[in-house]
Amino acid sequence: MDYLRAFIMGGLICTIGQILIDKTKLTSARILVAFVTAGAILTGLGIYEKFVSIGGAGATVPLTGFGYLLTKGAIQDVKSYGLLGAFTGGVKAAAAGITAALFFGYIVSVLAKPKPKS
Amino acid sequence: MANKKLSKQTIKFDNPPSIIQTASIVGPKEGEGPLARYFDEILDDELWNEKSWEKAESKILRECINKVVKKSAKAFTDVNYILAGDLLNQCISSNYAIRETDVPFFGLYGACSTMSESLSLAAMIIDGGFADYVIAAASSHFCSAERQFRVPLELGTQRPLTSQWTVTGAGASLLSSSGNGPYITHVTTGKIIDMGINDSNNMGAAMAPAAADTIYAHFDSTGILPDSYDLIITGDLGYVGLEIASDILSKMGLKISDKLTDCGVMIFDREHQDVHAGGSGCGCCASVFNGYLYNQITSGNFNKILFVATGALMSPTSIQQGETIPGIAHAVTIQKNRE
Repeated sequence: MDYLRAFIMGGLICTIGQILIDKTKLTSARILVAFVTAGAILTGLGIYEKFVSIGGAGATVPLTGFGYLLTKGAIQDVKSYGLLGAFTGGVKAAAAGITAALFFGYIVSVLAKPKPKS
Repeated sequence: MANKKLSKQTIKFDNPPSIIQTASIVGPKEGEGPLARYFDEILDDELWNEKSWEKAESKILRECINKVVKKSAKAFTDVNYILAGDLLNQCISSNYAIRETDVPFFGLYGACSTMSESLSLAAMIIDGGFADYVIAAASSHFCSAERQFRVPLELGTQRPLTSQWTVTGAGASLLSSSGNGPYITHVTTGKIIDMGINDSNNMGAAMAPAAADTIYAHFDSTGILPDSYDLIITGDLGYVGLEIASDILSKMGLKISDKLTDCGVMIFDREHQDVHAGGSGCGCCASVFNGYLYNQITSGNFNKILFVATGALMSPTSIQQGETIPGIAHAVTIQKNRE
């Protein structure tokens, strides 16, 4: 059941992205930033937490989940360390994701060669 | 006294220069298209043993220029000028391609209109009495153009349906003051037309009004009848732009849709090659002209054509700043016989 819920939640989020690609002239970079920002704002409003509780990884793995982590981390650190936490908490919470992206991005760029899609 | 000038935009040559030889090289995708058998060489892969797309593009142009000289049994010492251009910043494909030829060089930027721009100017140089042999050439490469104008291939983004596929390829023509044709008889130079399109994934729509404007100017002020042409071929409006250009022209009273086609439409098979709105890039017009069209003229299938390469003259910076796309189109009349 968890799998099904994650599948549906993740699918819904990605469907929004596909609609944005097809129906608007937004570039993929702008959609990416919009998703992270939307995730952060929805978390701040307490809405995204509900998506996570329903969809699990379906809500945390897509880009909106990165925004969710940033805001969640910032809120937690503000509670523990005061206002400075707003600046430290986000990146701390997302550290694993950021480092993994850098690490695997580097490895893939060394190993793979780009070519046109045929 | 400019006695060869017929109107504001059109000139007529006293001694029409001949296109004595052409050469074309294309990438693998173009080699799977309907015009494959007209190209001199089809590459197996886009890199052609080079380290970067940019180096590969330059090599394609270099080899294409070498080929046109070799095919015509001339040497670079016979060639008075090379006029060439491409899409990359500062025209690096051309600059590096021409480095070892030791021939005086004019670099051109006309985006996808470069082939007709270089043919126009080469013909003027020859009829002006400044040269006997001039090479006109252009190139583009899908991968280097995507990196510069849109997104790097590594990003793997989906392409919108209005976007065109930049042709990997090059074409070169050798023009001469003497020769038995095909002859360049008229040139209609385009003006910049900007109708306010700012989507770099819809360049056909941005260039279509420029193509229509130049074609209309060509017929309006010269008295040449559209019926005298076997083919009026634009490039690279693609499917979207060709339809718009055809509509604009018929509204202006020029019913030429039966003769009107487009290099970007011809080079790929829309059904079987996933190229969306058709081909584009300097190399599209360059390879279609120097491969297919030149063959059709010399073999007698076409006696007279109007070759109208169109360019979208934006830069990546101007697009990021939300600027609109200035379009241009240059028309060149090419006919098998002198008169």
